Amino acid sequence: MAGTRGYVNRRLHSLLGVIPIGIFLIQHLTVNFFATRGPEAFNTAAHFMESLPYRYVLETFIIFLPLLFHAIYGVYIAFTAKSNLSNFGYFRNWMFIFQRITGIITLIFIAWHVWETRIAIGFGWAELNYQLMEGILTEPFFFWFYIVGVISTTFHFSNGLWSFFVSWGITVSPRSQKIMTYASIIIFLAISYVGVRTLIQFAYGI
Amino acid sequence: MSENKTITLIITRQDHPDEPSYEEKFEIPYRENMNVISALMEIRRNPVNADGKPTTPVYWDMGCLEEVCGACSMVINGTPRQSCTALVDQLEQPIRLAPMTTFPVNRDLAVDRSRMFDSLKKVKAWIPIDGTYDLGPGPKMPESKRQWAYELSKCMTCGVCLEACPNVNSKSDFIGPAPLSQVRLFNSHPTGEMNKSERLQTIMDEEGLMGCGNAQNCVQSCPKGIPLTTSIAALNRDTAIESFKSFFGSDQRV
Ligand code: HEM
Ligand code: SF4
Ligand code: FES
Repeated sequence: MAGTRGYVNRRLHSLLGVIPIGIFLIQHLTVNFFATRGPEAFNTAAHFMESLPYRYVLETFIIFLPLLFHAIYGVYIAFTAKSNLSNFGYFRNWMFIFQRITGIITLIFIAWHVWETRIAIGFGWAELNYQLMEGILTEPFFFWFYIVGVISTTFHFSNGLWSFFVSWGITVSPRSQKIMTYASIIIFLAISYVGVRTLIQFAYGI
Repeated sequence: MSENKTITLIITRQDHPDEPSYEEKFEIPYRENMNVISALMEIRRNPVNADGKPTTPVYWDMGCLEEVCGACSMVINGTPRQSCTALVDQLEQPIRLAPMTTFPVNRDLAVDRSRMFDSLKKVKAWIPIDGTYDLGPGPKMPESKRQWAYELSKCMTCGVCLEACPNVNSKSDFIGPAPLSQVRLFNSHPTGEMNKSERLQTIMDEEGLMGCGNAQNCVQSCPKGIPLTTSIAALNRDTAIESFKSFFGSDQRV
């Protein structure tokens, strides 16, 4: 593919995964975590986000467009790889494949999730409140769909952060890359807890 | 005791670059301390397959016979490596030999590694010093740097790292880890450094550095123990700085 353009696209894909999409992910999981303090707290936090000034600008440029670019280019990258785990079963090769698989799962999950929440709210089919998520997550199928979707996303982000540090030449030495592996595992466990804990709250009220 | 012992080999063969491949089984007498190449030589000496039928001798490539030329690489029991240092006593039988899949097959186990040499040309893996007058001695290289640069210079263009990489395949034009690491080698040389930007520019695309997806199989597979992923990460840093300089301007290039 064309020289400079391929370079810029790839750099952009890598950057957008963390800034702003990764930052948004952390923020999104954190706001939702208010649900564990009860419906009131969640509604207040969600309505605060909903009433931010120039909200549509923020949604478009911080979430929608970067995600669209990262996702479309990500699918292209994912399908240009050819898995060879059977002969090269190394840890990083597994992570490489998981990064691609979780990218695809995350895409399916996010598409459904955005349809069911943001788009439904936009069309006035639903209202943004605790009951909306409670309604979705008390259905066992969707509870597990969300569990898989959330964990896939948190994995993709945590492992992506590891490769982001390599892609930008921050972790160059094998030692720094190894320590970053441990850091990414801790990040994965921490944000997965935040996400899953919130889902359990909506589904079981505990 | 070893009189009647035999070695079984299953070899993926191909008569012509455009013809389909097929497997052929061979049973050859065991000798002590054989390597895969001496087993292949035995087949060449007496080209009869396991069914007792005469066949064409198996063709392969070789040069140094001491793991420095890289010509004899093939996939041995699933692992790409040099056949000259693959000892029969250490291999599980039947020994499966196949050509590397990343390269076009010339015949049987011999592949055409031209794409690697083309990549070295593309990334300008040399130091231009030719001119019309004597430039005198070049700048000195610190010993500490010379030591790690020497490790990078051990690359024998064997192709194993390309074979191991999930992003080097028929769907992508990624040049693979070896030529990238050579960019770091020549950029680290005090004279080679004078063309650093130029070399970095040649790898700043999808076929180059951006083709890497950090699966890191290369560094696990390189027979020379070259720190390929360290080179790639270092180049990621260098190219990030390079693009910053070329976009915003620098003292060399406004
Ligand atoms: C919540 C949404 C997402 C977040 C937070 C996210 C984050 C990241 C991050 C931080 C990276 C590392 C970039 C790098 O290696 O420098 C990455 C890589 C990647 N992402 Fe995403 N991503 C998301 C959604 C997606 C989606 C929907 C896809 C679609 C399939 C996708 C596909 C990929 C692929 C294939 C890579 C690997 C790129 C490479 O290693 O060269 N991502 N992502
Ligand atoms: S870097 Fe190692 S594996 Fe790759 S071609 Fe050179 S010697 Fe072979
Ligand atoms: S013959 Fe040179 S590396 Fe094997």
